[in-house]
Amino acid sequence: MALTGLVLIGFVLGHLLGNLLMFKGPAALNEYAKWLHDHPGLIWTARMVLLISVFAHIWVGIKLSLENKASRDGGPAVDATRRASLGSRTMPYSGVVILGFIVFHLLHFTFKSVAVAYQGDSVYAMVVAGFSQPAIAIFYIVSMLLLCLHLGHGVSSVFQTLGLRNERWRGRLDALAQAYAWFIALGFISIPLAVLTGCLK
Amino acid sequence: MVQENGKATTLALKLRVWRQRRGQPGAFEEHALAAVPTSASFLEMMDMLNEQLIKQGKDTFAFDHDCREGICGMCSMTINGMPHGPLPGVTTCQLHMRNFRDGETITVEPWRARAFPVLKDLAVDRSAFDKVIQSGGFITVRTGSAPEANNIPVPKPVADEAMDAAECIGCGACVASCKNGSAMLFVGAKINHLNILPQGQAERDRRTLAMVKTMDEAGFGNCTNYGECQAHCPKSITLDVIAKLNRDYLRARVKEFFSSTGKPSKGGD
Repeated sequence: MALTGLVLIGFVLGHLLGNLLMFKGPAALNEYAKWLHDHPGLIWTARMVLLISVFAHIWVGIKLSLENKASRDGGPAVDATRRASLGSRTMPYSGVVILGFIVFHLLHFTFKSVAVAYQGDSVYAMVVAGFSQPAIAIFYIVSMLLLCLHLGHGVSSVFQTLGLRNERWRGRLDALAQAYAWFIALGFISIPLAVLTGCLK
Repeated sequence: MVQENGKATTLALKLRVWRQRRGQPGAFEEHALAAVPTSASFLEMMDMLNEQLIKQGKDTFAFDHDCREGICGMCSMTINGMPHGPLPGVTTCQLHMRNFRDGETITVEPWRARAFPVLKDLAVDRSAFDKVIQSGGFITVRTGSAPEANNIPVPKPVADEAMDAAECIGCGACVASCKNGSAMLFVGAKINHLNILPQGQAERDRRTLAMVKTMDEAGFGNCTNYGECQAHCPKSITLDVIAKLNRDYLRARVKEFFSSTGKPSKGGD
């Protein structure tokens, strides 16, 4: 979970930084998109690594959930959770929604099977047209809030799984994980929100 | 309820206690218990309940207990959903009835985990922990004569850290509190206690790999960093031991993978 998670944690940052070019104007984003497409070796290597990581992450996640459910043997009749965070307890659920989001997102902007009304090959125009439909924009925003929940637990867990954490550093690393999760989520949310409110046209 | 200086000195309680025979499904049984002194320990309260059941000609509740001083790790009840009850850092035997309210309903269950099958009522079989210890929780030395203590210098901070890990009494509250039924806190404590001392170095990698393998085979779950074990451990063992277990395991696996056989490979020169 940690190693594949680490790949995905790195990817969301790179993806976000690229997307934020939206705010620099159509030319910047379109040039960046063109540069990516002019380097098929780079883009396909990244896609393959991501695909393998996503499938491995899901596979290990399912295996963990099933094993852990069996080991628990039902658990006590009275629930008295002391410390486990909301994020940690909802990892499988937030994960499933994020998977659904990824599938929709690829259909929407990569395969373009979801109808988006725009002209030409401007990525900028495509994004603005895509988020002009409020239902889709809101779905993106909700998914990113769940990604925030997922990352909040995931990023801090990476340190623990790799053995790079102790009680002295726990608070600071958890805060770092929360800051990272919120930065990623709010960064992504800013784009559909800006389109919805008319800041990006 | 008897009062002294305005404070209740005895309690009347409603108890929901788990009744189960080995291999059969169990259920809660309700009993009323009066005149429980607030100075009684939780186990003494259970003794009172059993005496009342004997007088009524009924079957008593089986529960594990031994030293009643908080150091042996035998007592093992989940009280109102919390292993060892509501007080942090104490065992069931050191939990006193003054921590409960008059008229309160208290739910008492056994440890719930697949690796700890119920023997009877509140007593569970914790021999899975013994198997983990047998697989590597020791150092191999010639016994019979004590060696000169100063032959092996141990830095004070290392000795302290090993002692913190060795505080684990192997009660199983970590498994019972974990939403995954994982034994990582126990195994982490046992591995750390030996792996950081000079005496434990010779078998460090073998110990780590063997104990983790035995833990997995026993049917314990996997750690997903909830942190419930640390919050319920009667000895306040921290998640540090799990981080260090992960680190030592990774190290041992890499070393095992690239270990030398001492022979040239087939087809090589």
